[in-house]
Amino acid sequence: MSRKELLNPAGLRVDGRRATDIRRISCKPSVLSQADGSAYIEQGNTKCLAAVYGPREPRQKSAILHNRANISVGVSFAPFATSERKKWSKSDKRLLEIASFVKQTFEPVIQTTSFPRSQIDIFLQILQFDGGTIQICINATTMALVDAGIPMNDYVCACTAGVIQNVPILDLNLIEESSDSPEVTVAILADSEKVTLLQSESRLDVDSFQAVAQLAKIGCKEIRNVMDAALRKNIKDLFGKMEAKIKTDQSADFRLGLNLSRRLENFKAGPIIRSAVNGVRYTHIAILSGHQNLGGK
Amino acid sequence: MLRSKTYLKRTKKGIVKAVQEHYLRDDIWCSVEFCSICAHTQPILSANPATTVLVPTPHYLVPDTNVFFNQIDLIEHPALKDVIVMQTVYEELRHLNLTIYNRLKKVIEDPQRRFYVFSNEHHRKTYVERLKQESPNDRNDRAIREAIKWYTSHLQDSSTNDHKVVLLSDDAANLKKAKSEGLLAYSVEKYVESITETPELVNMLRNMSVSDDSEKKVTYDEYLSSAQIANGLKNGTLYQGTLSISMHNYLEGSIAPVIDGQENQIMIINRDRMNRAIQGDVVAVQLLPRSEWRRTPSAVIVEEDEENAILQDLNEAEISLDQTSNTDFGELQPTGAAGDKTTETEVLLLEHDVPFQDFSTQVLSCLPSEGESWKVTNEYQHRMDFRNLNVSSIDPPGCEDIDDALHVRILPNGNYEVGVHIADVTHFVKPGTSLDEEAAVRGTTVYLVNKRVDMLPALLGSTGVERLAFSCMWELNDDADVVKTQFAKSVIISKAALTYEEAQRRIDDLHMQDDLTKGLRILNQLAKKLRGKRIERGALTLASPEVRFKLENDSQDPLDVEVSLAAEEMKELRETNALVEEFMLLANISVAEEIFRKFPASSLLRKHPPPTSSKLEKLSKAIDEFGLTLQYDSSKALAESLDKAVIPQEPYFNTLLRILTTRCMMQATYFCSGSIPQKEFMHYGLATQIYTHFTSPIRRYSDIVVHRLLEACIDENLSYGSELTDIKKITQLCEVLNYRHRMAQQAARSSVELHTHLFFKNRKEKNEGFVTRTLKNGFIALIPRLVLMIFHQDLSDSTENILKFISYGIEGIVLAAQKPGLISPVVYNTRTNSLDSTSSSTKIKLFDKVLVQISVDEDLVGEGAGGMRQKLRIELVEPFIFGFSVSVSEENNSVRRSDEEIGIQVKRMKMD
Repeated sequence: MSRKELLNPAGLRVDGRRATDIRRISCKPSVLSQADGSAYIEQGNTKCLAAVYGPREPRQKSAILHNRANISVGVSFAPFATSERKKWSKSDKRLLEIASFVKQTFEPVIQTTSFPRSQIDIFLQILQFDGGTIQICINATTMALVDAGIPMNDYVCACTAGVIQNVPILDLNLIEESSDSPEVTVAILADSEKVTLLQSESRLDVDSFQAVAQLAKIGCKEIRNVMDAALRKNIKDLFGKMEAKIKTDQSADFRLGLNLSRRLENFKAGPIIRSAVNGVRYTHIAILSGHQNLGGK
Repeated sequence: MLRSKTYLKRTKKGIVKAVQEHYLRDDIWCSVEFCSICAHTQPILSANPATTVLVPTPHYLVPDTNVFFNQIDLIEHPALKDVIVMQTVYEELRHLNLTIYNRLKKVIEDPQRRFYVFSNEHHRKTYVERLKQESPNDRNDRAIREAIKWYTSHLQDSSTNDHKVVLLSDDAANLKKAKSEGLLAYSVEKYVESITETPELVNMLRNMSVSDDSEKKVTYDEYLSSAQIANGLKNGTLYQGTLSISMHNYLEGSIAPVIDGQENQIMIINRDRMNRAIQGDVVAVQLLPRSEWRRTPSAVIVEEDEENAILQDLNEAEISLDQTSNTDFGELQPTGAAGDKTTETEVLLLEHDVPFQDFSTQVLSCLPSEGESWKVTNEYQHRMDFRNLNVSSIDPPGCEDIDDALHVRILPNGNYEVGVHIADVTHFVKPGTSLDEEAAVRGTTVYLVNKRVDMLPALLGSTGVERLAFSCMWELNDDADVVKTQFAKSVIISKAALTYEEAQRRIDDLHMQDDLTKGLRILNQLAKKLRGKRIERGALTLASPEVRFKLENDSQDPLDVEVSLAAEEMKELRETNALVEEFMLLANISVAEEIFRKFPASSLLRKHPPPTSSKLEKLSKAIDEFGLTLQYDSSKALAESLDKAVIPQEPYFNTLLRILTTRCMMQATYFCSGSIPQKEFMHYGLATQIYTHFTSPIRRYSDIVVHRLLEACIDENLSYGSELTDIKKITQLCEVLNYRHRMAQQAARSSVELHTHLFFKNRKEKNEGFVTRTLKNGFIALIPRLVLMIFHQDLSDSTENILKFISYGIEGIVLAAQKPGLISPVVYNTRTNSLDSTSSSTKIKLFDKVLVQISVDEDLVGEGAGGMRQKLRIELVEPFIFGFSVSVSEENNSVRRSDEEIGIQVKRMKMD
C-alpha cells in the first residue's frame, strides 16, 4: 500500500486541492512557426505540445478519402517526460491507443467534408507526464486546430474524474491515477455538452458514475474557459499587430482582415471557428497566424 | 474558488526525482466555533475548550508527532478533547507507524472527541519552506510552531475570547524554541499532571526516560543478513519454515520445511536457539551437528522474517502482561487480580488476540436506526416472496444467533424442493462501512465458556417475524440427486424455531401429521441419503474430545434435567443435527461451485489438504498390536478402516483412535481460488472437490464475503468493487480469517482450561484416562469425561450453590520426574514408542487406560514459566510405577461415578 493518503480528513488531496478542483492550467497557441497551427498546454505538471499541419495533400495515395479530409494523429512522449528517463518506441501500444482516441474524438467535430481528398496531420508530444494523458492531448489538439483555423463545430474539452473513498474527484494527477481508484475521461463539446469521448479502464460503481461524469463535464467547461481566454488574447494580439501594419500599408487584403477583426469582436463564443467556415476567411486567418508572412497573399 | 497557485517543487528521497505540485490555499479554516473570520460550516473545535491548573485560560492542544507516537493511549482517553492535529504531524505519524496512525484516525473520526486536522502544509500563511542546513525534523517542528503562531493571532483577531493554543512536546529543544517565540508549550507529563478532573491520565503516561539502553545485554546471536540467507537456502545449508511452538513446552518449537519434496520436521529446542522468534514467524534455520540431535533433526534459528513485524506488534499486549519480561515495550495495564475469572478471561482474550472491545458508535451507526423494531418494508419487490413456505429453523437449545432455516415441499413432478435460507446479513453489512471493517477485523465470533465475543452487533440476528434471507434451493429427486439449483434473495417467515430435541420428537411421534412435521421427515430421509452418498465418496467421521463445559450455576434449572439429558442427549441430537448439517454442507458446496464459476480467480473457498502419511503411519504402527490396521491411501480407505477398528471390551477405543487420527489431519483453511492450482482445492475430510462457507454469516466473516460473491453471481446489475475481484486482497483477507479462526479455537480451548482450573482449585480428583501420546519424560493423558458435584460458596453474594460440573476431554501432560534433576523412573523406548519402568516390567504405551489424579498447581508468584497461570497437574495412580505414581488419599474423592456416566460423550468433529 502506498503510504500516501489520497484524501485526508480535512478533505484535501495529496497536492492540496479539494475534490472538485482542477489543476492549474496555462496554455498558449501559436508557439511553433513552422506548423499551420500549434499550441502548448500545461495542466499541473502534465505538459503537452501540439502541432497541426493541413489541410494538405496526403503524402500517400491510400490516405485519400474522396468525400472528406483524412485525420492522422501521432502521439509521442519525450524521453524526459517521466521520472525515469526512457526511450519510447514509436509503435508503443499505449501511444497508438491515445492517438486513436484523439482521432476518434475529433473526426465528428472537424468539418472534414469541407476538405475532400486532403489530410490534416496532428502531432502531439508529451513533454512532462503527471497523469491525464488523453485529456491533455485532446485539449492541446483543440487549441492547435483553432490556431490552424480548421473549421470545427465547437470546442472539444476533456477532463478526467474519478472516485476516491467514495468521493468524486476531478482531474486526477499521477499519484491518484496510479492508485487503484476508478478513473473516467470525458470529452465534450463545450457549448452543446455533447459527449464525444468517454473512456475508462477501471471498474466503476453505476451509482457513482453519474456523479463522476457530471463532475468531469464541469471540469471540461472550466478548461474551455481558460483555453478560450488564451485563444482570444492571442488573436487580439495578432490583430493589434495587424492594425499597426495596416496603418503603414493600405493594401486591400488587409482591409478585409480589419473588417474581420471587427466582426470577430462581436461574436460571443467560438468566433474564429465559426467565421472560419468560409474558405476566404479561412485563408486569411491562416496567413495571419503564420505572422511572418504578413505581406504575402 | 480561492486557490492560490503558488507552485513548489518537492524531491523525494532516492534516485528518482519526483516533482509534485503543492497548492497553497487560503480557504483552510480554523474550525473554531466562535470564529467570525472563517467560513467553515461545521466547526469541530468547541468554543469552550478545557482549562487546567497549568493553563487557566481555555485552550486548544497541539501535540507534536512524538506525543502521538509515544502516548497514543493517553490520546485515546476520552478526557482529552479539542485537539488540533497539524497536517505535518499527521503525515509524519503515517510514515512512522501505520498502527498508531490508524488509532489516531479512529479518534479523529469520532465527533465526540473534537479532533481537528488543520492542513497547515497547504495553508498559505503557515506553509514553511525548508531552509538550507535545516533538517527535515527541525523544519517540521518549525512548521508546527508557525501554525500555532497563526492560530494564536487568528483567535485574537476573530473574537474577543482569550483562547490559547498550547504546544505539547517532549522535545526539550522544541519546547525551548517555542517558549522563546512566545508560545505556550509544555511537556506532556507536566500538562497531564495539571488536569485535575481525571487524575488517572497520569498513570497512562508512558515513561520515556526509562528507555535508556545502559543495561541492555545482548544475549542472542545476531541474525544473518538477507543475502546470506538467500544463499544458504539456495545451496541447502539453511531451511525455511513457519515456527510453531509446542503446546506443552514453550521452549520447544518446530518447523516443517519441505526437503526434497518431502515434509520434514526440524526441532528447535531452548531459548537461545529459538533466537527471539515467536509462534508463527517465518524463520530460517541451520541444522546442528548430528550428535546434538535428539529424536528429530534439531536446528538453530538464524533469521527471522521481517514481514512478521506486524505479528509481533499484535503480541505486544500479551507480552506487556508478563511482568517478568525484560523487554521494555508495551504498557503495563493493571487488568485485575490474578486468578480471578473475569481477569483471566480478559487475559486469555488478549493472549489470543481477540478484539473484544464493545462496538464503537460509528460501527453501531451503520445499523438501521429503527433498531429492534426494524421491519421488512419495501424490500419485497427485489426479492422472492417465500413467506408462504413452511420454513423452520433447527438449532441447539439456547441458540441466540439463528442464521439458518430449512423448508421442503413436494413438486408436481414428484421431486422435492428443498431450500436452505440463510440470514441475509449482507443486506445490512455493506462493504466499506465501519461495520464491515470491524467485522472483517474480528473475523469470527468467539465462544468462551462464560462469554461470547460477537463479530457483529447483536441487532442483526433478531429482526422481527419477517426476515430477509439468502436462499439456496434445490430440486432433489427420490435418490437425493440434485436436479436443479437456484439461488435467490428472499423474504421468509420462520414458522417454527425448533431445538434439535423438539425436531427429533416431532419426527418420532407418529401422531403428529402436520405439514411441518411431515416436511421434517422428508428432510430426514433426504439427509440420510445425502449422507450415505457422502460416506460413499469417502467422507470421514472424525472425532475430537468435545471441548465443552456445562455449568449449572445460579440457574434455576433442577439438576436432574442435566443428568437425564446427558445420557440420551447424544442419540437425540445425532439425527436432527446430522439433518441440518447435511443440508448446510450441500448449500456450501453448491454455493462454492456457483461462485467459482463466475469468479474463477477471486472466490473465497475452503480447503482441507490430505494428511501427511508419516504421522498416520506412526499411528497405524501403534494399533498393530491390537490386530488392527489403518489404511490411509485414500480418505475412503481411512474411513472404512476406522469403522472396523473396534475393540469390543473397550468402547472408547474407537473414539480415541478417531481423536488421534484427527490430530494427524491438516488444518482446513480459507484461500483465494486464484492463488493455488485447482487440483489443490479439495476438502479431504468432506471428500468434496470444492467447498466454502456460506451458512453462518452472523458469526463468520468468510460467509459475508461469500454472500457478496454469490449476490454478484445472481444479480447481473449489481455493482461491486475490487473487494470481490482483487486476488491480492482476498488472499490477505483469507490469511487474517485463518488466523482469527485459529485464535478463536485456541481461545475457546483455553477458556475451558481456565474454568477447569478454577474448579479444581483445592481439589484432587481421581479419574480414568487414556494415553494419547508418550513423551521422553512422561505421557499425555486424555480424560474423556469427568463429573464433579461441588458445594460451592459464591464469594460475590455469599450464597451457596451446588455446582454440577461436567468436563469433557481434559487433556494434560503427566510428568515422570516432577522436579528436574531427579532420575526418571521410566525410560522412553523409541522402538515401541512406550515408557518402560526401570524397576518393574510395567510399560505405558499409546491407548493404555490409566488412573490419574488431577489437581491444580498454582503459580501466582509469576516467576515460573506459566506467567502467573494456574496449571493442571495430572499424576499417575495406576498402573503403579515406583517413583512415578502417587498414592491417592480417598477422603478427597467426593465423586461417585455411576457406570452409565462413563458412557463417553464425543462430538462428531465438524469438518467444515
